[in-house]
Amino acid sequence: MHNLTITELINGLKKRVFSSTEITQHFLSRIKTLDPLYNSLISVTEAQALKSAQTADTQLAQGNASELCGIPLVHKDIFCTQGVRTSCGSKMLDNFVPPYNATVVENFRNSGAVMLGKTNMDEFAMGSSNETSFYGAVKNPWAIDSVPGGSSGGSAAAIAARLTPGATATDTGGSIRQPAALCGITGLKPTYGRVSRWGMIAFASSLDQGGPMARTAEDCALLLNCMASYDEKDSTCIDRPVPNYSASLGDSVKGLRIGIPKEYFSEGLNPGTEKAVRDSLTEYEKLGAELVEISLPNTALSVPAYYVIAPAEASANLSRFDGVRYGHRCENPKDLEDLYRRTRAEGFGDEVQRRILIGTYCLSAGYYDAYYGKAQQVRELIRQDFNQAFEKVDLIMGPTCPSPAFKFGAKGNDPVAMYLEDIYTISTNLAGLPGMSLPCGLVDNKPVGLQIIGNYFDEARMLNAAHQFQQATDWHQLAPAGIQL
Amino acid sequence: MNWETVIGLEVHVQLATKTKIFSAASTEFGAEPNTQACNIDLAMPGTLPVVNKQAIDYAVMFGLAIDAEIGKTSVFERKNYFYPDLPKGYQTTQLEKPIVGPGIVEIQLDNGDTKSIRIHHAHLEEDAGKSLHEGDFRAGVSGIDLNRAGTPLIEIVSEPDMRNAQEAVAFAKKLHSLVTSIGICDGEMSQGSMRFDVNISIRPQGESKLGTRTETKNLNSFKFMEDAIHLEVERQIDLLEEGSTIAQETRLYNGDTKVARSMRSKEEANDYRYFPCPDLLPVVISDEHIANLHSNLPELPDARQQRFVAEYDLSQYDANILSADASMASYFELTTQQSGNAKLSANWVAGELSARLNAENISLDQSPLSAELLAGLIKRIADNTISGKMAKQVFEGIWSGEGNVDQIIEKRGLKQVSDSGALESIVDEVLTSNQAMVDDYINTDADKRKKKLGGFMGQIMKASKGQANPQQVSHILAKKLAEML
Repeated sequence: MHNLTITELINGLKKRVFSSTEITQHFLSRIKTLDPLYNSLISVTEAQALKSAQTADTQLAQGNASELCGIPLVHKDIFCTQGVRTSCGSKMLDNFVPPYNATVVENFRNSGAVMLGKTNMDEFAMGSSNETSFYGAVKNPWAIDSVPGGSSGGSAAAIAARLTPGATATDTGGSIRQPAALCGITGLKPTYGRVSRWGMIAFASSLDQGGPMARTAEDCALLLNCMASYDEKDSTCIDRPVPNYSASLGDSVKGLRIGIPKEYFSEGLNPGTEKAVRDSLTEYEKLGAELVEISLPNTALSVPAYYVIAPAEASANLSRFDGVRYGHRCENPKDLEDLYRRTRAEGFGDEVQRRILIGTYCLSAGYYDAYYGKAQQVRELIRQDFNQAFEKVDLIMGPTCPSPAFKFGAKGNDPVAMYLEDIYTISTNLAGLPGMSLPCGLVDNKPVGLQIIGNYFDEARMLNAAHQFQQATDWHQLAPAGIQL
Repeated sequence: MNWETVIGLEVHVQLATKTKIFSAASTEFGAEPNTQACNIDLAMPGTLPVVNKQAIDYAVMFGLAIDAEIGKTSVFERKNYFYPDLPKGYQTTQLEKPIVGPGIVEIQLDNGDTKSIRIHHAHLEEDAGKSLHEGDFRAGVSGIDLNRAGTPLIEIVSEPDMRNAQEAVAFAKKLHSLVTSIGICDGEMSQGSMRFDVNISIRPQGESKLGTRTETKNLNSFKFMEDAIHLEVERQIDLLEEGSTIAQETRLYNGDTKVARSMRSKEEANDYRYFPCPDLLPVVISDEHIANLHSNLPELPDARQQRFVAEYDLSQYDANILSADASMASYFELTTQQSGNAKLSANWVAGELSARLNAENISLDQSPLSAELLAGLIKRIADNTISGKMAKQVFEGIWSGEGNVDQIIEKRGLKQVSDSGALESIVDEVLTSNQAMVDDYINTDADKRKKKLGGFMGQIMKASKGQANPQQVSHILAKKLAEML
């Protein structure tokens, strides 16, 4: 049952092969047995899940259920869930129980989906390995000594381990696509403004975007149908009708022009990864697509620009965690200064503190123009790179990240090496473009991700292209060793 | 040495919107602490701001009222600093691209001269909450009330165009008049609806270079502002004359103790690390919308003053007093309409009524004397039913709630005697019983006789128990005395 896709589970529910309660119990019992090993969940909401499943079963019986009714899911612990602790992977919010739901959570709740729990993540989504979580690192189900990627490593690992058929996640610089690649699943970061950020704890507001993760593109389309909505509570959300992403999945990719940026195949790319990606591109050619070499000349500037803009925004976004109104507060502060210093020193981990310091520095008087101002200019150049590319091609493809999952601690002491994990993913966030990752091979028995970048609001075309690939290949059906199918 | 004072003002004006600038919480004054602070005002994780369109319109209206350039694209920025009454750890404000550009405010001085004060710009921002320290709250504990957090403000920044306290006060009063006239602020100074920061420096008369300035913050009455300026100018003169220098600093003035102290020096000033707020899009205002606001702009005080002169034949002085405050202006017009007598209406509104409101420190809408009642009173003066002196008694009666004008005249027996026969006999009686005064009058030089009339008038009014019509009496008296010469 746990190897069924969301699409298959929906059919099973409709045909009464099983009930939502049965599926929910099955996944809950898998979580109980297996997750102590993977540590992919921070909270399991068993009682609430069973209750929602029961409600879903009633609705299903009445025949008035919406599409995702009764489907179990997990939410990244960055999305606020009313009455359920929302930690953002941080000690700072270990005791924080929001009195409201994120719009994304509300959308799934309204559709009758069942929340199984909240997934582990890098602290405040700052990390590419899940090692910065206050709740301990998530293990990659494909290789228990390796990272699952980050920051949405918990969501990706839970799907790979078949603890849930789907999950929500967020992506600021690659946090959906990189863990999806490293865990061998499919994940989509939509266009900035497509999914509401209300109730999604901010890391870098101009880059953060929520998106779905599942095993297939078809499932991601189903999840995005529900997740995407215009929300007047988020001023950066774009008022534009949400298409039915499932409707166009059957389209042919014949004649599709796929741009291959030469900068994405340069030094630093693992040869095995490169081969898997090139083989997939050949597969697309076989399906009738046309490969076009393109250039995104400012790609190398994306990492430094990102590591100015994201920390700058984060340094302000994280100021609210001051121990005054909620969250961690140090014991017996002797005065206000002491309250701030100790609360924040105790509540935030090293990586978060590092980024707050970088951001604060970049915005300081005398440095603003050289760092923040310059980074904004680079951002504009990167946007122009993509705009020019999309005049010639329909989609852009390349590797999601430079190499397969690395071992724990391998990059722990070298923040720059860790930051380079996101070299192929960061520029889409800077440009606000949609990007996705899907499994396209194995290197040393670890998954490799193929990245698809689309033009603004072109998620339907991307999902269709990914789906066509998954119809022709079976990389997305592979499971880590030890996961019984 | 002769010193010249140079003053520039920063004025915070609370906008009269029903809800806050970035949330739907109420802005009503005087609620129980923290009952008007929603999740957004509390800066709960994941919450996002949505700008209040009414606040934008009000700011534009102010710009139009001072004939300023309107910032068609204005940008909200984050001003970063930690304080417990600033929940997000930053204030959302505007810096590089404010909503109102340079403009002009004309002020009238007591000697009748006018002067133009240049406005540098005005920007939109949110207010912070209120910290209640020892004395305000309870011993050993500081309290925070976030009801005010997020209240919309415009900060109006003048050029250093004022040369003394009188000009600064005239400017402040003119702004008060402007913002209340166009209805964007309730003008309640005691509730903090307008607060003044005064930048003061001095320089030798004739010198063109500005001296080092200090800023005295948060003055919330015209009187305090005037006193604070006098005090600071004296302090600066004393320092320079004894050979010391002025330190650039922020100062606080206590209006009750009339003492000012240094709050922080330039060296202690924060680096606010401003940067554009990524949660809010730039505010774009169309020409059409600006034109629409322009055509619906209520009458401005200067135009109203000229209309009062033309329409009601008032002196510039009276017209100025009556037109400055929008509610007083409409009260005056209503009184005039109902009484048919502009001159008497002007005298009573600007005179007796204003004095009483000031003495009791209440606003016009709290006055027990409605325009209708005052018009009734004026009608009785105009038709000679009561004298001006009696009218003051009726005024007292109305103020203490004794009923309407005619009821009080009746109850207090205040009818004026205007019957010529009755008045003549009273005059005769007084002249007969005061032969010594009559002799004295006759023996006085012709050109000094006029001074003696008052004595007779007093006796006659006394004899008539104050009810004699004074104009008629003086007429009759003059005639009778002339006959005796």
